[in-house]
Amino acid sequence: MSATELHVEDVTLTAGAHHLVRDVSLNVRPGEVVGLVGPNGSGKSSLLRAVYRVLRPDAGCVRVDGTDAWSLPVRRLARTLAAVVQDAGADFDLTVREVVAMGRTPHKRLLDGDSAEDNRLVESALEAVDSVGLADRTFDRLSGGERQRVLIARALAQQPSLLALDEPTNHLDVRHQLEVLGVLRRLPATVLVALHDLNLAAYYCDRLYVLRDGEVAASGTPADVLTPRLLDEVYGVAAEVAVHPRTGAPQVTFLPEKARLA
Amino acid sequence: MTAPAGTSAPPSGAARGSGHGNRKADRDGNRPRRWSFTVTLAVLGVLLLASLTAGLATGSVHVPPGQVWGIVAHALGAGGPDPAWSQARETIVLDVRAPRVLLGAVTGAGLALVGTAMQALVRNPLAEPYLLGVSSGASLGAVSVFVFGVSVFGPVSLSAAAFAGALLTLLLVYTTARTGGRITSVRLVLSGVAVAAVLSAVTNLLLLTTEQGNEARAVLAWTLGGLGGVQWDSLWLPGAALLLGIVVLLIQARPLNLLLAGEEAATTMGLDVARFRSRMFVLLSLVTGVLVAAAGPIAFVGLMLPHIVRLFVGGDHRRVLPAAALGGAVFLVCTDIAARSLTAPMEIPVGVLTALCGGPFFLWLMRREARRNTDRGVA
Repeated sequence: MSATELHVEDVTLTAGAHHLVRDVSLNVRPGEVVGLVGPNGSGKSSLLRAVYRVLRPDAGCVRVDGTDAWSLPVRRLARTLAAVVQDAGADFDLTVREVVAMGRTPHKRLLDGDSAEDNRLVESALEAVDSVGLADRTFDRLSGGERQRVLIARALAQQPSLLALDEPTNHLDVRHQLEVLGVLRRLPATVLVALHDLNLAAYYCDRLYVLRDGEVAASGTPADVLTPRLLDEVYGVAAEVAVHPRTGAPQVTFLPEKARLA
Repeated sequence: MTAPAGTSAPPSGAARGSGHGNRKADRDGNRPRRWSFTVTLAVLGVLLLASLTAGLATGSVHVPPGQVWGIVAHALGAGGPDPAWSQARETIVLDVRAPRVLLGAVTGAGLALVGTAMQALVRNPLAEPYLLGVSSGASLGAVSVFVFGVSVFGPVSLSAAAFAGALLTLLLVYTTARTGGRITSVRLVLSGVAVAAVLSAVTNLLLLTTEQGNEARAVLAWTLGGLGGVQWDSLWLPGAALLLGIVVLLIQARPLNLLLAGEEAATTMGLDVARFRSRMFVLLSLVTGVLVAAAGPIAFVGLMLPHIVRLFVGGDHRRVLPAAALGGAVFLVCTDIAARSLTAPMEIPVGVLTALCGGPFFLWLMRREARRNTDRGVA
């Protein structure tokens, strides 16, 4: 299985009379890591929901390797596409290992047991997010950051060639933010990830799409997109952007209101 | 291509440090203490055998366990010495007690299975056929058949009507409780209780105003949940429903596990949630309807047993379902023994006893949920 190509074509999503996303097109080439950024309520999560087949587009379509995602059986799609969603599970006393093993489900037939191969994949997924030590603990008792890492491990155990993640660095401390994004960066898969932190997005993503009010406000390499002018337009904040001497990535510094006036 | 392969960075010093921290946390009690699945099943199997024996032995005429086994072995066609017991005792054990004890086991197992699956399907630990009003819907269905005398399906009419009542109630409660794609415990339980109250009121109204006064009193007793007066020929339907439930649910154990991760996550792991849930609702209503038609609405078995066995085997449905079924059987057989003997020769409806245990259990569970949510910072 090689990396997958994702095309979002003129997708519109509505909730009642309200547009969540309007006419958005984007593409992620095989092996690329593409970031979705934008203020709260700009439509990042809704767009991702359409990609991982939870929200059906009112217009337009989502193509995974050229095939309309909604024309595929859910299980077929789940062997290609894994997601980390923002929706906490319920309290049912599952261990971390059991939660990660769920990721193997789309590859199993109904009565299959867990094979040695499944167990190996679960272990290496846990290793990838530095969580082997959590394996036998109860998922419900983990801290927010630990849970987030486990959910990413579950997506990895699914062996996806396309990953969609909704703010996977939420609740993570700095070290684990860097680690998780590093893992995504090294994956042989195509990645579409919604991120809050613009500096992380600038460093780890090949390209960015900036959403505002459900529409694409800008797209391109981080250096092209992250300009003081765009940040002012989209976020309504003053910022300076410099190229960081060591990472070579654009570095955004937000200016407090006082500095803006000065 | 295997995604995780080749992505594991060598552990840094800091990572080792956190690993050590985790091990320490484990010692502090974060690691769940569990029994092995086999041991749990074996223990439950022995308990079931013991409770069935006790169920057959207990009553106005005490039959010693050895004799119970002799009678059962003899009836099953095992050779052996000539019967050393009277015909009367054989009749008591085989024709009076055995159907009742078996119905208890079947009902207990079935309700525990239904409760387990329901908790996963509505993603709520307080879900249970009785609390969600499903049993009341089934009762109303069965009572309508009795009062209006419509029996389109012949002898299975009661069960068919109970199934229809259960399914309609489940859909009603589920859609009422669900707003914006989410179900909170409060809304779920409240709509269950409200719907159950209305349905029970209608049931009672039907029974109190019906022409068939004397029979109605018998039915009124049945609405409290009881296993008395059951015959061999009314056992096959509950038995078949239980078998169907066990087989289908065990086959669907993985999808049930996925639902624990949340609906969206379950979808991304390949489950067509809406379709799966509607099929399961039909199955659960069928099992509940048939069981309620046979034994009346018996409260809280479906709530208590899943949670109790999860303490021993964890949350994976491949282990919870069989353990809950066995546990439910043991529990209801034992409770029925108590119902028969506590106030002998008077009998307490077994549903009254299960409610006596289940109410406090429910309150404890509710407090536990609240505590967990506070710990996690969820409102």
